[in-house]
Amino acid sequence: MKYVYLDYAATTPMDPEVIKEIENHYRETYGNASSFHTMGQKAAQILENSRETVASFINAKTDEIFFMSSGTESDNLAIKGVAFKSKERGNHIITSAIEHHAVQHTCQYLEKQGFKVSYLPVDEYGLIDLKELEETITNKTILISIMFANNEIGTIEPIKEIGEIAKKHDVIFHTDAVQTLGKVPIDVEEMNIDLLSASAHKLYGPKGVGLLYIRGHGVRKGWGKYIEPLLHGGGHERGLRSSTENVPGIAGFAKAVELCKRNMKEESEKLTKFRDKIIKEITENIEDVYLNGHYTKRLPNNVNLGFRYIEGESIILSLDVEGIATSTGSACSSKSLEPSHVLLAIGQKPEDAHGSLRITMGRYTTEADIDYFLEKLPPIIEKLRKMSPLKKGKKYMFDPTYETDQHH
Amino acid sequence: MYSEKVMDHFRNPRNMGEMKDADAVGEVGNPVCGDLMYIYIKIKDDRIDDISFQTFGCGAAIATSSMITELAKGKTIDEAMKITRDDIAGSLDGLPPIKMHCSNLASDGLRKAIENYRAKQKKE
Repeated sequence: MKYVYLDYAATTPMDPEVIKEIENHYRETYGNASSFHTMGQKAAQILENSRETVASFINAKTDEIFFMSSGTESDNLAIKGVAFKSKERGNHIITSAIEHHAVQHTCQYLEKQGFKVSYLPVDEYGLIDLKELEETITNKTILISIMFANNEIGTIEPIKEIGEIAKKHDVIFHTDAVQTLGKVPIDVEEMNIDLLSASAHKLYGPKGVGLLYIRGHGVRKGWGKYIEPLLHGGGHERGLRSSTENVPGIAGFAKAVELCKRNMKEESEKLTKFRDKIIKEITENIEDVYLNGHYTKRLPNNVNLGFRYIEGESIILSLDVEGIATSTGSACSSKSLEPSHVLLAIGQKPEDAHGSLRITMGRYTTEADIDYFLEKLPPIIEKLRKMSPLKKGKKYMFDPTYETDQHH
Repeated sequence: MYSEKVMDHFRNPRNMGEMKDADAVGEVGNPVCGDLMYIYIKIKDDRIDDISFQTFGCGAAIATSSMITELAKGKTIDEAMKITRDDIAGSLDGLPPIKMHCSNLASDGLRKAIENYRAKQKKE
């Protein structure tokens, strides 16, 4: 059966060139990069070459790239690392209401440890307000953590402007760029980014490899060392992330970055064309549908649509039956039952937030895939709407006295 | 994630649609939580003569709605009152644990419909 994968924001298939690179290193570069002998030094060399490849992609210095095991670890080190090291300086962190859980739950954890966190609201498109950001900064603020682009609705935040504000007030600026690296050009100098998190498996690299860019490799004028390690041990990654380096995985990450460097512009143009085609076709041909997120300040590969009167999981399940992989911010598809905090933050009613569909495309998506999706979706929406008691203009009979006991 | 039976009922829901001349309707859930279920019944000689559903919800919500219409059809209303969430989940070869409480509302919906029917009978 035809299988169309449209869930690249969840993860991407590895590029065959990356697989080849990793395989070679598993066979040939098995040394421990800390070992003195030739095999160890060979691994150390591959590690440094990889660091250089990745650094040049975001205009960083080689010694400012720290390899991690995931985007989540990278977010954790950035936020907890700064908080723990700089708590004498201040205890206030600013973040947004639409961050990935790796950032949001880390901030909530720090609140329990006595830190103060401000969660900036966003507008209907998911954009933060720069004026509000600046007004929220106090003399206790040590860190601003705002994602580069949102994983659900694809909205790209005004990163350069946030960087300027952070610089002006001498606050450290962290951005979660897990969805962004490889899709949109990133320049940590031009954008005044101090800390940046990314993950290899979102750009055709392996799972289990991430990175944290750390400006000045963790030393800042007037602050001294500003980041505390979470893992202690052999002192790898300049003492900020002890663990024997995953050299084959890191080499695979570097290969993936190299391929993105080569293909990003062309791929981005292709995906933008597909994205806008899906949005146009669906909003023109299906009733009671709306786009979540911004029309232009948006990742090239992301479409997020809300379908009124039906529930998101039933849409993805129906698409899956047709061999199309998509996802939803809706509660029922994931382990959590709450509707997406992102959709609620952009002002949606909970019943609407349950009806969202996320389509994310990538390197191997073809025009034929898009056409197949556009052919299969409308009858699914029609069938589910026929099944639903919710209709346009119809008031449902919900009886508030009904005890939804185990229902939340 | 779902059993073949759940997928069968999800793909080919039985007795789906509004029943205009129903004797009673049971409504459970809340769209705010992502599930809303209507169970329509027609009663003849104290038996469920006809039954249908309309559901806003996930795959499990749709499959359990469909299943209860099959389980309840032809039963006396006393028998139908005794159908439980576990009966429905069992007939579907099980449901993922997280769906057991959240989307398995069909038996409540049927009971509600029968209660509404009985209340109406008393009035008449």
